[in-house]
Amino acid sequence: MNGDKVFFGLSRAAGVFVLLLTLGIGVFLAVTAVPALRENTANFFTTQQWLPDANPPAFGIAALAFGTVMTAIIAMVLAVPVGTGIALFVAIYAKPTLGKVVAFLVDLLAAVPSIIFGLWGLEFLMGNMIGVSAWLDTWFGWIPLFANDQDVYTRSIFIAGVVLAIMIIPTISAVTREVFVQTPQGHVEAALALGATRWEMIRMVVFPYSRPGMISAAMLGLGRALGETIAVALLLSALFEINWHITEPGGNTFAANIALKWNEAGSIGLSALVASGLVLFLITLAVNMAARLIVARKRDFVEGH
Amino acid sequence: MAKRIDISDLDAYYGNFLAVEDVNLAIEPRQVTAFIGPSGCGKSTLLRTLNRMHEVIPGAYVDGKVAFDGEDIYAEDVDPVNVRRLIGMVFQRPNPFPTMSIAGNVVAGLKLDRGRKVKKSEFDDIVERSLRGANLWDEVKDRLDRPGAGLSGGQQQRLCIARAIAVQPQVLLMDEPCSALDPISTLAIEDLVRELREDYTIVIVTHNMQQAARISDTTAFFNLAAVGEPGKLIEAGPTQQMFSNPANKATEDYVTGRFG
Repeated sequence: MNGDKVFFGLSRAAGVFVLLLTLGIGVFLAVTAVPALRENTANFFTTQQWLPDANPPAFGIAALAFGTVMTAIIAMVLAVPVGTGIALFVAIYAKPTLGKVVAFLVDLLAAVPSIIFGLWGLEFLMGNMIGVSAWLDTWFGWIPLFANDQDVYTRSIFIAGVVLAIMIIPTISAVTREVFVQTPQGHVEAALALGATRWEMIRMVVFPYSRPGMISAAMLGLGRALGETIAVALLLSALFEINWHITEPGGNTFAANIALKWNEAGSIGLSALVASGLVLFLITLAVNMAARLIVARKRDFVEGH
Repeated sequence: MAKRIDISDLDAYYGNFLAVEDVNLAIEPRQVTAFIGPSGCGKSTLLRTLNRMHEVIPGAYVDGKVAFDGEDIYAEDVDPVNVRRLIGMVFQRPNPFPTMSIAGNVVAGLKLDRGRKVKKSEFDDIVERSLRGANLWDEVKDRLDRPGAGLSGGQQQRLCIARAIAVQPQVLLMDEPCSALDPISTLAIEDLVRELREDYTIVIVTHNMQQAARISDTTAFFNLAAVGEPGKLIEAGPTQQMFSNPANKATEDYVTGRFG
Protein backbone atom coordinates (compact mmCIF):
# COMPACT_ATOMS: atom_id res chain seq x y z
CA MET A 1 0.00 0.00 0.00
CA ASN A 2 1.33 3.37 -0.97
CA GLY A 3 1.63 5.71 2.02
CA ASP A 4 1.30 8.77 -0.17
CA LYS A 5 -2.05 7.51 -1.46
CA VAL A 6 -3.32 6.83 2.05
CA PHE A 7 -2.40 10.30 3.16
CA PHE A 8 -3.98 11.82 0.07
CA GLY A 9 -7.17 9.89 0.75
CA LEU A 10 -7.25 10.94 4.40
CA SER A 11 -6.65 14.60 3.71
CA ARG A 12 -9.23 14.62 0.92
CA ALA A 13 -11.74 12.94 3.22
CA ALA A 14 -11.09 15.62 5.83
CA GLY A 15 -11.63 18.34 3.25
CA VAL A 16 -14.85 16.79 1.97
CA PHE A 17 -16.05 16.31 5.55
CA VAL A 18 -15.74 20.03 6.31
CA LEU A 19 -17.63 20.85 3.15
CA LEU A 20 -20.42 18.39 3.99
CA LEU A 21 -20.57 19.67 7.56
CA THR A 22 -21.07 23.28 6.46
CA LEU A 23 -23.61 22.21 3.87
CA GLY A 24 -25.37 19.98 6.41
CA ILE A 25 -25.69 22.82 8.92
CA GLY A 26 -27.13 25.06 6.23
CA VAL A 27 -29.63 22.43 5.12
CA PHE A 28 -30.65 21.63 8.69
CA LEU A 29 -31.27 25.30 9.43
CA ALA A 30 -33.25 25.82 6.24
CA VAL A 31 -35.45 22.73 6.68
CA THR A 32 -36.15 23.45 10.34
CA ALA A 33 -36.98 27.07 9.58
CA VAL A 34 -39.60 26.32 6.92
CA PRO A 35 -42.64 25.64 9.18
CA ALA A 36 -42.32 28.97 10.97
CA LEU A 37 -41.72 30.89 7.78
CA ARG A 38 -44.86 29.28 6.29
CA GLU A 39 -47.03 30.30 9.27
CA ASN A 40 -45.56 33.78 9.62
CA THR A 41 -48.12 36.46 8.85
CA ALA A 42 -45.68 39.36 9.02
CA ASN A 43 -42.77 40.22 6.77
CA PHE A 44 -39.82 38.17 7.99
CA PHE A 45 -37.26 40.78 7.04
CA THR A 46 -38.88 44.10 7.98
CA THR A 47 -41.05 43.34 11.00
CA GLN A 48 -39.86 44.72 14.34
CA GLN A 49 -41.56 42.28 16.68
CA TRP A 50 -41.13 38.66 17.75
CA LEU A 51 -44.45 36.85 18.39
CA PRO A 52 -44.03 33.47 16.70
CA ASP A 53 -46.18 31.61 19.20
CA ALA A 54 -49.08 34.07 19.00
CA ASN A 55 -52.11 33.35 16.88
CA PRO A 56 -51.47 34.14 14.12
CA PRO A 57 -47.64 34.10 14.37
CA ALA A 58 -45.99 37.40 13.48
CA PHE A 59 -42.27 37.90 13.71
CA GLY A 60 -39.39 39.50 11.86
CA ILE A 61 -35.65 39.85 12.16
CA ALA A 62 -35.29 43.57 11.43
CA ALA A 63 -34.38 44.54 15.00
CA LEU A 64 -32.16 41.49 15.45
CA ALA A 65 -30.23 42.22 12.28
CA PHE A 66 -29.88 45.87 13.26
CA GLY A 67 -28.66 45.05 16.76
CA THR A 68 -26.26 42.37 15.58
CA VAL A 69 -24.71 44.50 12.87
CA MET A 70 -24.59 47.65 15.01
CA THR A 71 -22.91 45.99 18.01
CA ALA A 72 -20.46 44.32 15.65
CA ILE A 73 -19.66 47.62 13.93
CA ILE A 74 -19.07 49.38 17.26
CA ALA A 75 -16.88 46.48 18.38
CA MET A 76 -14.84 46.59 15.16
CA VAL A 77 -14.43 50.38 15.18
CA LEU A 78 -13.00 50.17 18.70
CA ALA A 79 -11.14 46.85 18.55
CA VAL A 80 -9.36 47.01 15.19
CA PRO A 81 -7.28 50.14 15.96
CA VAL A 82 -6.60 49.12 19.56
CA GLY A 83 -5.79 45.52 18.65
CA THR A 84 -3.53 46.66 15.82
CA GLY A 85 -1.86 49.15 18.14
CA ILE A 86 -1.14 46.47 20.74
CA ALA A 87 0.25 44.21 18.02
CA LEU A 88 2.52 46.99 16.71
CA PHE A 89 3.76 47.72 20.20
CA VAL A 90 4.52 44.09 20.92
CA ALA A 91 6.03 43.27 17.53
CA ILE A 92 7.96 46.44 16.75
CA TYR A 93 8.15 49.13 19.41
CA ALA A 94 8.55 47.29 22.72
CA LYS A 95 11.80 45.84 24.00
CA PRO A 96 11.66 42.05 23.51
CA THR A 97 11.18 41.27 27.22
CA LEU A 98 8.37 43.77 27.74
CA GLY A 99 6.80 42.69 24.44
CA LYS A 100 6.69 39.09 25.62
CA VAL A 101 4.96 40.07 28.86
CA VAL A 102 2.32 42.13 27.06
CA ALA A 103 1.76 39.38 24.48
CA PHE A 104 1.31 36.86 27.28
CA LEU A 105 -1.25 39.05 29.05
CA VAL A 106 -3.18 39.60 25.83
CA ASP A 107 -3.26 35.85 25.16
CA LEU A 108 -4.51 35.34 28.70
CA LEU A 109 -7.33 37.78 28.04
CA ALA A 110 -8.30 35.76 24.96
CA ALA A 111 -8.85 32.72 27.16
CA VAL A 112 -11.37 34.41 29.48
CA PRO A 113 -14.86 32.88 28.93
CA SER A 114 -17.45 35.26 27.51
CA ILE A 115 -19.79 34.83 30.49
CA ILE A 116 -17.10 36.50 32.60
CA PHE A 117 -16.94 39.39 30.18
CA GLY A 118 -20.72 39.60 30.33
CA LEU A 119 -20.83 39.70 34.13
CA TRP A 120 -17.99 42.16 34.29
CA GLY A 121 -19.72 44.33 31.70
CA LEU A 122 -22.98 44.19 33.60
CA GLU A 123 -21.64 44.74 37.11
CA PHE A 124 -18.68 47.00 36.50
CA LEU A 125 -18.44 48.50 33.05
CA MET A 126 -22.08 49.49 32.59
CA GLY A 127 -22.12 51.74 35.63
CA ASN A 128 -18.78 53.26 34.82
CA MET A 129 -19.67 53.89 31.18
CA ILE A 130 -22.64 56.12 32.01
CA GLY A 131 -20.34 59.11 32.06
CA VAL A 132 -18.93 58.27 28.63
CA SER A 133 -22.38 57.83 27.11
CA ALA A 134 -23.59 61.06 28.70
CA TRP A 135 -20.51 62.87 27.42
CA LEU A 136 -21.18 61.57 23.90
CA ASP A 137 -24.78 62.79 24.23
CA THR A 138 -23.70 66.21 25.47
CA TRP A 139 -21.02 66.94 22.89
CA PHE A 140 -21.94 64.75 19.95
CA GLY A 141 -25.71 64.59 20.50
CA TRP A 142 -26.13 66.53 17.25
CA ILE A 143 -25.17 63.28 15.53
CA PRO A 144 -28.40 61.22 15.79
CA LEU A 145 -26.39 58.09 16.61
CA PHE A 146 -25.14 59.56 19.90
CA ALA A 147 -28.29 61.45 20.92
CA ASN A 148 -30.03 60.19 24.05
CA ASP A 149 -33.58 61.40 24.66
CA GLN A 150 -34.27 59.09 27.59
CA ASP A 151 -31.38 60.17 29.83
CA VAL A 152 -30.90 56.49 30.65
CA TYR A 153 -27.53 55.21 29.56
CA THR A 154 -27.46 51.56 30.60
CA ARG A 155 -28.22 48.32 28.74
CA SER A 156 -27.50 49.96 25.43
CA ILE A 157 -26.15 48.70 22.13
CA PHE A 158 -23.16 50.96 22.74
CA ILE A 159 -22.22 49.18 26.00
CA ALA A 160 -22.66 45.79 24.33
CA GLY A 161 -20.42 46.95 21.50
CA VAL A 162 -17.74 48.08 23.95
CA VAL A 163 -17.78 44.75 25.79
CA LEU A 164 -17.61 42.90 22.46
CA ALA A 165 -14.67 45.10 21.48
CA ILE A 166 -12.80 44.14 24.64
CA MET A 167 -13.57 40.49 23.94
CA ILE A 168 -12.22 40.54 20.38
CA ILE A 169 -9.16 42.75 20.98
CA PRO A 170 -7.05 39.76 22.08
CA THR A 171 -8.03 37.78 18.98
CA ILE A 172 -7.23 40.64 16.65
CA SER A 173 -3.98 41.63 18.33
CA ALA A 174 -2.69 38.07 18.65
CA VAL A 175 -3.20 37.31 14.95
CA THR A 176 -1.92 40.65 13.67
CA ARG A 177 1.14 40.38 15.92
CA GLU A 178 1.99 37.02 14.35
CA VAL A 179 1.62 38.59 10.92
CA PHE A 180 3.69 41.67 11.76
CA VAL A 181 6.67 39.66 12.97
CA GLN A 182 6.68 37.79 9.65
CA THR A 183 7.62 40.98 7.79
CA PRO A 184 10.95 40.20 6.11
CA GLN A 185 13.81 41.91 7.93
CA GLY A 186 15.31 42.86 4.55
CA HIS A 187 12.32 45.03 3.71
CA VAL A 188 12.28 46.61 7.15
CA GLU A 189 15.97 47.49 6.80
CA ALA A 190 15.46 48.77 3.26
CA ALA A 191 12.88 51.25 4.52
CA LEU A 192 14.96 52.34 7.52
CA ALA A 193 18.08 52.74 5.36
CA LEU A 194 16.13 55.11 3.09
CA GLY A 195 15.64 57.38 6.09
CA ALA A 196 12.16 56.27 7.10
CA THR A 197 11.08 56.82 10.69
CA ARG A 198 9.70 53.77 12.42
CA TRP A 199 6.13 54.83 11.74
CA GLU A 200 6.95 55.46 8.06
CA MET A 201 8.63 52.06 7.89
CA ILE A 202 5.47 50.49 9.32
CA ARG A 203 3.27 52.17 6.70
CA MET A 204 5.71 51.47 3.89
CA VAL A 205 6.54 47.85 4.63
CA VAL A 206 4.73 46.27 7.57
CA PHE A 207 1.15 47.26 6.71
CA PRO A 208 1.25 46.46 2.99
CA TYR A 209 2.97 43.17 3.65
CA SER A 210 0.56 42.26 6.45
CA ARG A 211 -2.68 43.46 4.87
CA PRO A 212 -4.13 40.01 4.06
CA GLY A 213 -3.34 38.82 7.57
CA MET A 214 -4.77 41.98 9.14
CA ILE A 215 -8.01 41.48 7.22
CA SER A 216 -8.14 37.85 8.33
CA ALA A 217 -7.59 38.92 11.93
CA ALA A 218 -10.37 41.48 11.71
CA MET A 219 -12.67 38.85 10.22
CA LEU A 220 -11.93 36.42 13.05
CA GLY A 221 -12.82 39.16 15.51
CA LEU A 222 -15.93 40.09 13.55
CA GLY A 223 -17.04 36.47 13.48
CA ARG A 224 -16.79 36.31 17.24
CA ALA A 225 -18.61 39.62 17.67
CA LEU A 226 -21.46 38.57 15.38
CA GLY A 227 -21.94 35.25 17.10
CA GLU A 228 -21.38 36.26 20.72
CA THR A 229 -24.37 35.16 22.77
CA ILE A 230 -24.23 35.19 26.51
CA ALA A 231 -22.40 38.45 27.17
CA VAL A 232 -24.78 40.33 24.91
CA ALA A 233 -27.82 38.53 26.34
CA LEU A 234 -26.81 39.67 29.81
CA LEU A 235 -26.23 43.26 28.77
CA LEU A 236 -29.06 44.18 26.43
CA SER A 237 -32.63 44.81 27.48
CA ALA A 238 -33.97 42.78 24.56
CA LEU A 239 -36.32 45.21 22.84
CA PHE A 240 -37.56 44.51 19.35
CA GLU A 241 -37.36 47.99 17.95
CA ILE A 242 -34.71 49.50 15.79
CA ASN A 243 -33.31 52.40 17.78
CA TRP A 244 -30.59 54.45 16.12
CA HIS A 245 -29.79 56.13 19.45
CA ILE A 246 -27.15 53.61 20.39
CA THR A 247 -26.59 54.86 23.93
CA GLU A 248 -30.25 54.34 24.90
CA PRO A 249 -31.41 51.05 26.42
CA GLY A 250 -32.61 48.53 23.89
CA GLY A 251 -31.48 46.41 21.03
CA ASN A 252 -31.14 42.71 20.55
CA THR A 253 -29.01 40.36 18.49
CA PHE A 254 -29.62 37.05 16.74
CA ALA A 255 -27.53 35.01 19.10
CA ALA A 256 -28.75 36.67 22.31
CA ASN A 257 -32.37 36.37 21.20
CA ILE A 258 -32.02 32.66 20.48
CA ALA A 259 -30.48 32.06 23.89
CA LEU A 260 -33.13 34.05 25.73
CA LYS A 261 -36.18 32.71 23.88
CA TRP A 262 -35.28 29.06 23.36
CA ASN A 263 -36.61 27.69 26.65
CA GLU A 264 -39.99 29.37 26.49
CA ALA A 265 -40.60 28.85 22.77
CA GLY A 266 -43.37 26.65 21.33
CA SER A 267 -42.93 24.61 18.18
CA ILE A 268 -43.36 27.56 15.81
CA GLY A 269 -41.24 29.65 18.15
CA LEU A 270 -38.35 27.19 17.93
CA SER A 271 -38.64 27.06 14.18
CA ALA A 272 -38.67 30.86 14.04
CA LEU A 273 -35.50 31.05 16.15
CA VAL A 274 -33.81 28.61 13.78
CA ALA A 275 -34.87 30.81 10.89
CA SER A 276 -33.15 33.76 12.56
CA GLY A 277 -30.12 31.52 13.10
CA LEU A 278 -30.09 30.78 9.38
CA VAL A 279 -29.89 34.50 8.65
CA LEU A 280 -26.97 34.86 11.06
CA PHE A 281 -25.29 31.90 9.38
CA LEU A 282 -25.71 33.54 5.97
CA ILE A 283 -24.43 36.90 7.25
CA THR A 284 -21.23 35.36 8.62
CA LEU A 285 -20.80 33.38 5.41
CA ALA A 286 -21.16 36.55 3.33
CA VAL A 287 -18.73 38.47 5.55
CA ASN A 288 -16.13 35.73 5.28
CA MET A 289 -16.48 35.45 1.53
CA ALA A 290 -16.14 39.22 1.14
CA ALA A 291 -12.98 39.12 3.24
CA ARG A 292 -11.54 36.33 1.12
CA LEU A 293 -12.23 38.30 -2.03
CA ILE A 294 -10.42 41.33 -0.62
CA VAL A 295 -7.46 39.22 0.47
CA ALA A 296 -7.24 37.41 -2.88
CA ARG A 297 -7.35 40.65 -4.83
CA LYS A 298 -4.51 42.17 -2.82
CA ARG A 299 -2.40 39.08 -3.00
CA ASP A 300 -1.42 38.98 -6.68
CA PHE A 301 0.74 42.06 -6.23
CA VAL A 302 2.49 40.80 -3.13
CA GLU A 303 3.32 37.47 -4.69
CA GLY A 304 4.88 38.90 -7.82
CA HIS A 305 8.21 37.29 -7.00
CA MET B 1 27.84 66.30 -3.00
CA ALA B 2 30.15 63.47 -2.01
CA LYS B 3 31.54 63.70 1.49
CA ARG B 4 34.32 62.08 3.47
CA ILE B 5 33.95 59.79 6.47
CA ASP B 6 36.48 59.55 9.30
CA ILE B 7 36.17 56.59 11.63
CA SER B 8 38.06 56.89 14.89
CA ASP B 9 38.47 54.45 17.81
CA LEU B 10 35.31 52.62 16.83
CA ASP B 11 34.14 49.52 18.68
CA ALA B 12 30.93 47.79 17.60
CA TYR B 13 29.03 45.46 19.93
CA TYR B 14 26.18 42.97 19.73
CA GLY B 15 25.07 42.96 23.36
CA ASN B 16 28.19 41.94 25.29
CA PHE B 17 29.96 40.61 22.23
CA LEU B 18 32.59 42.89 20.79
CA ALA B 19 32.38 42.33 17.02
CA VAL B 20 34.70 45.04 15.74
CA GLU B 21 37.51 46.55 17.77
CA ASP B 22 39.26 49.87 17.57
CA VAL B 23 38.92 50.84 13.93
CA ASN B 24 40.56 54.02 12.64
CA LEU B 25 39.99 54.67 8.96
CA ALA B 26 39.50 57.59 6.58
CA ILE B 27 37.12 57.14 3.65
CA GLU B 28 37.76 59.60 0.88
CA PRO B 29 35.02 61.23 -1.20
CA ARG B 30 34.48 60.27 -4.86
CA GLN B 31 36.35 57.06 -4.38
CA VAL B 32 35.39 53.45 -4.05
CA THR B 33 36.60 51.99 -0.77
CA ALA B 34 36.42 48.20 -0.49
CA PHE B 35 36.24 46.27 2.80
CA ILE B 36 37.66 42.77 2.40
CA GLY B 37 38.41 39.98 4.80
CA PRO B 38 37.32 36.50 5.85
CA SER B 39 33.83 35.71 7.15
CA GLY B 40 33.13 37.07 10.62
CA CYS B 41 35.84 39.73 10.46
CA GLY B 42 33.30 42.50 11.07
CA LYS B 43 33.41 44.21 7.69
CA SER B 44 29.62 44.20 7.26
CA THR B 45 29.14 45.25 10.86
CA LEU B 46 31.51 48.17 10.35
CA LEU B 47 29.68 49.16 7.17
CA ARG B 48 26.39 49.19 9.03
CA THR B 49 27.79 51.47 11.72
CA LEU B 50 28.42 54.11 9.05
CA ASN B 51 24.71 54.87 8.58
CA ARG B 52 23.60 53.77 12.05
CA MET B 53 21.89 50.66 10.74
CA HIS B 54 23.94 48.58 13.16
CA GLU B 55 21.81 49.69 16.10
CA VAL B 56 18.61 48.46 14.41
CA ILE B 57 19.50 45.01 15.70
CA PRO B 58 18.29 44.67 19.31
CA GLY B 59 21.16 45.07 21.76
CA ALA B 60 23.64 46.35 19.18
CA TYR B 61 25.56 49.55 19.84
CA VAL B 62 28.86 51.26 19.10
CA ASP B 63 31.48 53.12 21.03
CA GLY B 64 33.66 55.65 19.24
CA LYS B 65 33.29 58.28 16.58
CA VAL B 66 32.22 58.37 12.95
CA ALA B 67 32.64 61.84 11.50
CA PHE B 68 30.72 62.72 8.39
CA ASP B 69 32.52 65.74 6.91
CA GLY B 70 33.68 66.54 10.45
CA GLU B 71 30.35 66.01 12.20
CA ASP B 72 30.02 63.03 14.50
CA ILE B 73 26.97 60.99 13.47
CA TYR B 74 26.92 59.42 16.92
CA ALA B 75 26.66 62.75 18.74
CA GLU B 76 23.75 62.79 21.18
CA ASP B 77 21.58 65.26 19.30
CA VAL B 78 21.85 63.42 15.98
CA ASP B 79 18.74 61.56 14.82
CA PRO B 80 19.71 58.33 13.02
CA VAL B 81 16.86 58.92 10.57
CA ASN B 82 18.63 62.03 9.29
CA VAL B 83 21.92 60.16 9.00
CA ARG B 84 20.32 57.45 6.86
CA ARG B 85 18.78 60.10 4.64
CA LEU B 86 22.30 61.21 3.65
CA ILE B 87 24.01 57.84 3.58
CA GLY B 88 22.24 55.37 1.33
CA MET B 89 22.59 51.62 1.51
CA VAL B 90 22.34 48.63 -0.82
CA PHE B 91 21.99 45.23 0.80
CA GLN B 92 23.34 41.76 0.15
CA ARG B 93 19.99 40.37 -0.91
CA PRO B 94 18.00 42.53 -3.32
CA ASN B 95 15.06 43.87 -1.31
CA PRO B 96 12.67 45.92 -3.46
CA PHE B 97 9.39 46.60 -1.67
CA PRO B 98 7.14 43.74 -2.79
CA THR B 99 3.90 45.68 -2.71
CA MET B 100 5.20 48.56 -4.84
CA SER B 101 5.62 48.97 -8.56
CA ILE B 102 9.02 49.53 -10.16
CA ALA B 103 8.41 53.28 -10.28
CA GLY B 104 6.94 53.22 -6.77
CA ASN B 105 10.09 51.59 -5.46
CA VAL B 106 12.28 54.28 -7.00
CA VAL B 107 10.38 57.17 -5.44
CA ALA B 108 9.70 55.43 -2.12
CA GLY B 109 12.35 57.49 -0.34
CA LEU B 110 11.01 60.74 -1.78
CA LYS B 111 7.63 60.22 -0.17
CA LEU B 112 9.07 60.29 3.33
CA ASP B 113 8.38 63.27 5.57
CA ARG B 114 12.00 64.19 5.99
CA GLY B 115 12.83 63.38 2.41
CA ARG B 116 14.03 65.88 -0.14
CA LYS B 117 10.98 68.03 -0.93
CA VAL B 118 9.98 67.07 -4.43
CA LYS B 119 6.77 67.86 -6.28
CA LYS B 120 4.77 64.89 -7.54
CA SER B 121 5.12 66.27 -11.07
CA GLU B 122 8.88 65.72 -10.89
CA PHE B 123 8.52 62.07 -9.95
CA ASP B 124 8.51 60.88 -13.57
CA ASP B 125 11.80 62.67 -14.26
CA ILE B 126 13.39 61.31 -11.12
CA VAL B 127 12.24 57.78 -11.91
CA GLU B 128 13.83 57.99 -15.34
CA ARG B 129 17.01 59.66 -14.10
CA SER B 130 17.50 57.19 -11.25
CA LEU B 131 16.78 54.15 -13.38
CA ARG B 132 19.17 55.44 -16.04
CA GLY B 133 21.70 56.04 -13.28
CA ALA B 134 21.32 52.41 -12.26
CA ASN B 135 21.53 51.19 -15.89
CA LEU B 136 18.08 49.71 -15.65
CA TRP B 137 15.96 52.16 -17.61
CA ASP B 138 16.03 50.42 -20.98
CA GLU B 139 14.99 47.12 -19.46
CA VAL B 140 12.00 48.37 -17.50
CA LYS B 141 10.76 51.56 -19.16
CA ASP B 142 7.73 49.79 -20.64
CA ARG B 143 6.59 48.25 -17.37
CA LEU B 144 7.18 50.85 -14.71
CA ASP B 145 3.84 50.06 -13.11
CA ARG B 146 4.57 46.35 -12.73
CA PRO B 147 5.71 44.90 -9.38
CA GLY B 148 9.40 45.45 -8.65
CA ALA B 149 9.57 41.96 -7.21
CA GLY B 150 8.86 40.51 -10.67
CA LEU B 151 12.32 41.45 -11.98
CA SER B 152 15.33 39.14 -12.08
CA GLY B 153 17.77 39.19 -9.16
CA GLY B 154 20.28 41.41 -10.92
CA GLN B 155 17.56 43.78 -12.06
CA GLN B 156 16.14 43.89 -8.55
CA GLN B 157 19.54 44.83 -7.18
CA ARG B 158 19.89 47.63 -9.73
CA LEU B 159 16.36 48.73 -8.81
CA CYS B 160 17.53 48.94 -5.19
CA ILE B 161 20.48 51.06 -6.31
CA ALA B 162 18.08 53.32 -8.24
CA ARG B 163 15.95 53.60 -5.12
CA ALA B 164 19.01 54.52 -3.05
CA ILE B 165 20.28 57.19 -5.46
CA ALA B 166 16.82 58.70 -6.11
CA VAL B 167 17.05 60.51 -2.76
CA GLN B 168 20.50 61.87 -3.75
CA PRO B 169 22.51 60.67 -0.77
CA GLN B 170 26.09 61.80 -0.18
CA VAL B 171 27.45 58.34 0.38
CA LEU B 172 26.45 54.91 -0.89
CA LEU B 173 27.17 51.88 1.26
CA MET B 174 27.03 48.49 -0.47
CA ASP B 175 26.98 45.30 1.58
CA GLU B 176 28.15 42.48 -0.71
CA PRO B 177 25.77 43.69 -3.41
CA CYS B 178 26.73 40.96 -5.90
CA SER B 179 26.93 37.92 -3.67
CA ALA B 180 23.41 36.77 -4.58
CA LEU B 181 23.79 37.52 -8.28
CA ASP B 182 24.92 35.71 -11.43
CA PRO B 183 28.20 36.71 -13.15
CA ILE B 184 26.56 38.87 -15.83
CA SER B 185 24.53 40.82 -13.30
CA THR B 186 27.65 41.13 -11.20
CA LEU B 187 29.51 42.75 -14.11
CA ALA B 188 26.58 45.10 -14.68
CA ILE B 189 26.69 46.19 -11.04
CA GLU B 190 30.47 46.61 -11.14
CA ASP B 191 30.23 48.85 -14.21
CA LEU B 192 27.59 50.82 -12.39
CA VAL B 193 29.77 51.25 -9.30
CA ARG B 194 32.56 52.66 -11.46
CA GLU B 195 30.12 55.19 -12.93
CA LEU B 196 28.57 56.14 -9.59
CA ARG B 197 32.02 56.86 -8.24
CA GLU B 198 31.95 60.14 -10.19
CA ASP B 199 29.22 61.47 -7.91
CA TYR B 200 29.26 59.50 -4.70
CA THR B 201 31.49 58.32 -1.93
CA ILE B 202 31.15 54.55 -2.18
CA VAL B 203 31.99 51.92 0.40
CA ILE B 204 31.59 48.33 -0.71
CA VAL B 205 31.92 45.14 1.30
CA THR B 206 32.92 42.18 -0.81
CA HIS B 207 34.00 38.59 -0.44
CA ASN B 208 35.34 38.64 -3.93
CA MET B 209 38.95 39.86 -4.05
CA GLN B 210 38.96 40.21 -7.83
CA GLN B 211 35.96 42.45 -7.48
CA ALA B 212 37.74 44.62 -4.92
CA ALA B 213 40.77 44.79 -7.23
CA ARG B 214 38.63 45.70 -10.24
CA ILE B 215 36.47 48.45 -8.82
CA SER B 216 38.01 49.99 -5.73
CA ASP B 217 40.51 52.79 -5.25
CA THR B 218 41.22 52.03 -1.63
CA THR B 219 41.08 48.66 0.07
CA ALA B 220 40.79 47.96 3.77
CA PHE B 221 41.61 44.45 5.01
CA PHE B 222 39.96 43.10 8.15
CA ASN B 223 40.82 39.95 10.04
CA LEU B 224 40.08 38.20 13.30
CA ALA B 225 42.52 36.28 15.47
CA ALA B 226 40.06 33.42 16.08
CA VAL B 227 36.36 32.71 16.04
CA GLY B 228 34.77 34.63 18.92
CA GLU B 229 37.50 37.25 18.87
CA PRO B 230 36.68 40.75 17.62
CA GLY B 231 37.46 41.71 14.04
CA LYS B 232 40.16 44.28 13.50
CA LEU B 233 41.34 46.51 10.69
CA ILE B 234 44.71 45.05 9.67
CA GLU B 235 45.68 47.60 7.08
CA ALA B 236 44.24 49.97 4.49
CA GLY B 237 45.80 51.59 1.46
CA PRO B 238 45.58 52.14 -2.29
CA THR B 239 44.09 49.01 -3.85
CA GLN B 240 47.04 48.59 -6.24
CA GLN B 241 49.47 48.50 -3.39
CA MET B 242 47.30 46.32 -1.18
CA PHE B 243 47.16 43.64 -3.83
CA SER B 244 50.75 43.85 -5.06
CA ASN B 245 52.82 44.82 -2.08
CA PRO B 246 50.90 44.78 1.22
CA ALA B 247 52.72 45.76 4.39
CA ASN B 248 51.21 42.99 6.50
CA LYS B 249 51.83 39.27 6.13
CA ALA B 250 48.17 38.37 6.82
CA THR B 251 47.01 40.71 4.09
CA GLU B 252 49.39 39.12 1.63
CA ASP B 253 48.22 35.63 2.58
CA TYR B 254 44.60 36.67 2.16
CA VAL B 255 44.88 38.49 -1.18
CA THR B 256 46.97 35.71 -2.65
CA GLY B 257 44.30 33.22 -1.60
CA ARG B 258 46.27 31.38 1.04
CA PHE B 259 43.36 31.59 3.53
CA GLY B 260 39.82 32.94 3.85
